Amino acid sequence: MRFTLNGAPAEVEAPPMKRLLDVLREECALTGSKEGCGEGECGACTVLVDGMPVVSCLVPFAQVRDAEVVTIEGLGGTHPLQKAFAELGGAQCGICTPGMIMAAVALGPDPGFEEIRRGLAGNLCRCTGYEAIYRAVQGASA
Amino acid sequence: MRVPAATGYLLWIPPRAYPYPSRDPVSTSVGRNVPRKDGIPKVTGAALYVDDLRFPGMLYGRTIRSTISRGRITSIRFDFDTAGFTIVQAGDVPGDRCNYVALLEDDQPFLAAHQINHQAEPILLLAHEDRDVLNAAKVEIEYERDIPVMDAQASPVVFKEIRIRKGDVERAMETAEVIVEGTYRTGHQEHVYIETNGVIAVPEADGGMTVHGSLQCPYYVHKALKALLDLPDERVRVVQTETGGGFGGKEEYPSVIAGHAALLARKSGHPVKMVYDREEDMVATTKRHPSVIRHRTGLTRDGRLVAMDIDVLLDGGAYVTLSPVVLSRGCIHAAGPYRCEHVRTVGRAVMTNTPPNGAFRGFGAPQTQFAMEVHMERIAEALGMDPVRLRDINALRPGDTTATGQRMGDDCSALEVLRTAVERSDFHRKRAEYAGTGKGIGLSLFYHGSGFTGSGEVHLKSKVALEAREDGVRVLVASAEIGQGTRTMLAQIAADALGVPYEEVEPVQPDTAQVPDSGPTVASRTCMVVGGILQKCAQEMREKIGMMTPQEYARLHGPLLVTRQYEKPHDITWNDTEYTGDAYATYGWGCDVAEVELDPVTYEVRPLRVTVVHEIGKAIHPLLVEGQIEGGTAQGVGWALNEHVVMRDGAMANAQLTNYTIPTTLDTPRLDVVILENPSSYGPFGAKGVGEMPIDGPAPAVINAIRHLGLDVRDIPAIPEAVMEVACASR
Ligand code: FES
Ligand code: FES
Repeated sequence: MRFTLNGAPAEVEAPPMKRLLDVLREECALTGSKEGCGEGECGACTVLVDGMPVVSCLVPFAQVRDAEVVTIEGLGGTHPLQKAFAELGGAQCGICTPGMIMAAVALGPDPGFEEIRRGLAGNLCRCTGYEAIYRAVQGASA
Repeated sequence: MRVPAATGYLLWIPPRAYPYPSRDPVSTSVGRNVPRKDGIPKVTGAALYVDDLRFPGMLYGRTIRSTISRGRITSIRFDFDTAGFTIVQAGDVPGDRCNYVALLEDDQPFLAAHQINHQAEPILLLAHEDRDVLNAAKVEIEYERDIPVMDAQASPVVFKEIRIRKGDVERAMETAEVIVEGTYRTGHQEHVYIETNGVIAVPEADGGMTVHGSLQCPYYVHKALKALLDLPDERVRVVQTETGGGFGGKEEYPSVIAGHAALLARKSGHPVKMVYDREEDMVATTKRHPSVIRHRTGLTRDGRLVAMDIDVLLDGGAYVTLSPVVLSRGCIHAAGPYRCEHVRTVGRAVMTNTPPNGAFRGFGAPQTQFAMEVHMERIAEALGMDPVRLRDINALRPGDTTATGQRMGDDCSALEVLRTAVERSDFHRKRAEYAGTGKGIGLSLFYHGSGFTGSGEVHLKSKVALEAREDGVRVLVASAEIGQGTRTMLAQIAADALGVPYEEVEPVQPDTAQVPDSGPTVASRTCMVVGGILQKCAQEMREKIGMMTPQEYARLHGPLLVTRQYEKPHDITWNDTEYTGDAYATYGWGCDVAEVELDPVTYEVRPLRVTVVHEIGKAIHPLLVEGQIEGGTAQGVGWALNEHVVMRDGAMANAQLTNYTIPTTLDTPRLDVVILENPSSYGPFGAKGVGEMPIDGPAPAVINAIRHLGLDVRDIPAIPEAVMEVACASR
């Protein structure tokens, strides 16, 4: 099946009902997307599909046919959000971080505080109490 | 755009600058927010957690668990084609004595042979190369059932009893002008680290075993595996992989899952990966001990504590695990940060036929201080007194003694945190302003002992090593980075004590084949205790290398390894049998002010804001400290309001994140953190412990804010149903 993965064309053979999360982690060796619950509750598996944040643990692989998928690896390490999360304490244990950053990317540039709070409500973090994450998201567009 | 700084650092001591290199300790990274060592890999997705690893020929492992609370196994039937499977049962464990998880007591079997003592108890293990085939395998187990013990208050088995006695409570109580009594209850709490428990066991050619895993205490797992597999020290190797949160939930439990994976790996001859899904992690692993705590307190009419009689009951679950130590810390903190000449605390940890409870951030102190602080609020109410004033009168001051008779030194900051929090939150104005509205404000005052209790550190004999090499300096400790910033903070301490740049110091990955046993990553001890030993290593290294840089020294003389062991400060004494003396080398101090709003229709309590003032000696890395405080506070608010473990027939019935809800961005109040520094002479650069204290205060502050609304809530979690019940009863 063909789709675009992190900006490059990809062709991957996998069962259509396999979870996108498993396809990314196991077939594509992109282990940056994490599994925290497998039931759409924690957001650790968040990736962008055609620019929208989705929980990849609930998306069957077949659904991304011809779509554009972006994972944390696709940000290349120099995205302002990545820098801000690293510098401002947005990542502690780091397991929620890739999903959190992808959800934050989907907020677009310079989101307001309430937008951030609502936009990240589907991403659980047990370490930070979210304050440092707000600081990072706001700091990234400073 | 930046958020207006929510955090104030008071008593800020600017870093001192020394010429480099220097024999003197320099302070160029301590106190500064240097880049986290693990920052970049975590934001790029490059950091490797255990589930990200694969080994050639690796199988997947699965645990078959009991579905009853108490009884005996009568038959086991495999309803699947067993070809291609590795199957391990209790009988596969080498000797009778080996089948126990080595910790405090040999009572918890890795695999139940006949007797079942709790739901989800491991009975047998399966491994297969195909995860789907593995998960489809059905095993039928039949039991002969016994009546389980579910109510801790009716338990016939006491794991541990602790008595603390100061003065003469009975006589003093007779002289009290006012007596206030109350019972307070706290529920289970699930850790919900976002990365579940997981390990990979790799059998070695020489008969040894290597385990890679998500864990806090490499040497706990090492000890458990040696006993289980009957192997000598050097044949067992435990490597900590990047760990996605712990909070105590990866303190003792990893020994169990590591043991299981190792048994499968040994029998199959293949690496075996076991990673729990969320449901299994919630149902089968440890939780915070539920508690029932009774207070009977005598006072003078003007609010001075005369006598405190405290009874602490913890539900330990089916096996001992760490319950005695949790109880110990809980009991020592039970009288709160207050001075009182007559105190009696009796604590018991008892058995119930439920999955064992274990370590969770705060380790008993959150339970007992919850009870104390809600009780203080009820005392203030009974006396018609301002709750701040009641605490102000009774707070420990330098020179006072705690319930164990420990005399407070100058680093006792109870009054400072109280007064700072009250002022910063504008407590009194809001208290008056909120009265009669749907809003409430409440506070809590608390403290937390740093490091192991009593003689714990003496028994641990932790070792730390520092190595000078041509390519830089390596810190060798078993302390795990679990998000709290261990790697960064230890590198800062070593760098400054040695007088080298922070960038040149790298902690190595905790691996028992490489690092000495610096004890477990628990008890807010990593900075203060492990960091303290590390500071001594660095000072000794500096003595040895003179004015050279470590790299220059290593080029000339080869690598230099300095190893030091914990030395008890001579002025600290503790009596383990009497429970008297210096329970901890030092304490951190905290005061939380919570503001909440009650929805009059749904009875949902919305936490709006928590002002958090912590005195922690010295913030080695203020940003990391702030992160610990904010995260712990949010976790404490969740414990108070959201996190409800529903036990049905002895098993967690809501073992999903959908039903067991931890705070999201929308449930978490805004947090205003203030860090105060009043250095302790026992910690490196004056540092005290930080990690646990933040979870001691939020729950009582939130419940006291609810009390300000006129609702007599004494139990947590205060979920809407419970709040409604209280509201209806008081109509
Ligand atoms: S793993 Fe997908 S939402 Fe939790
Ligand atoms: S950083 Fe640990 S869960 Fe968010």
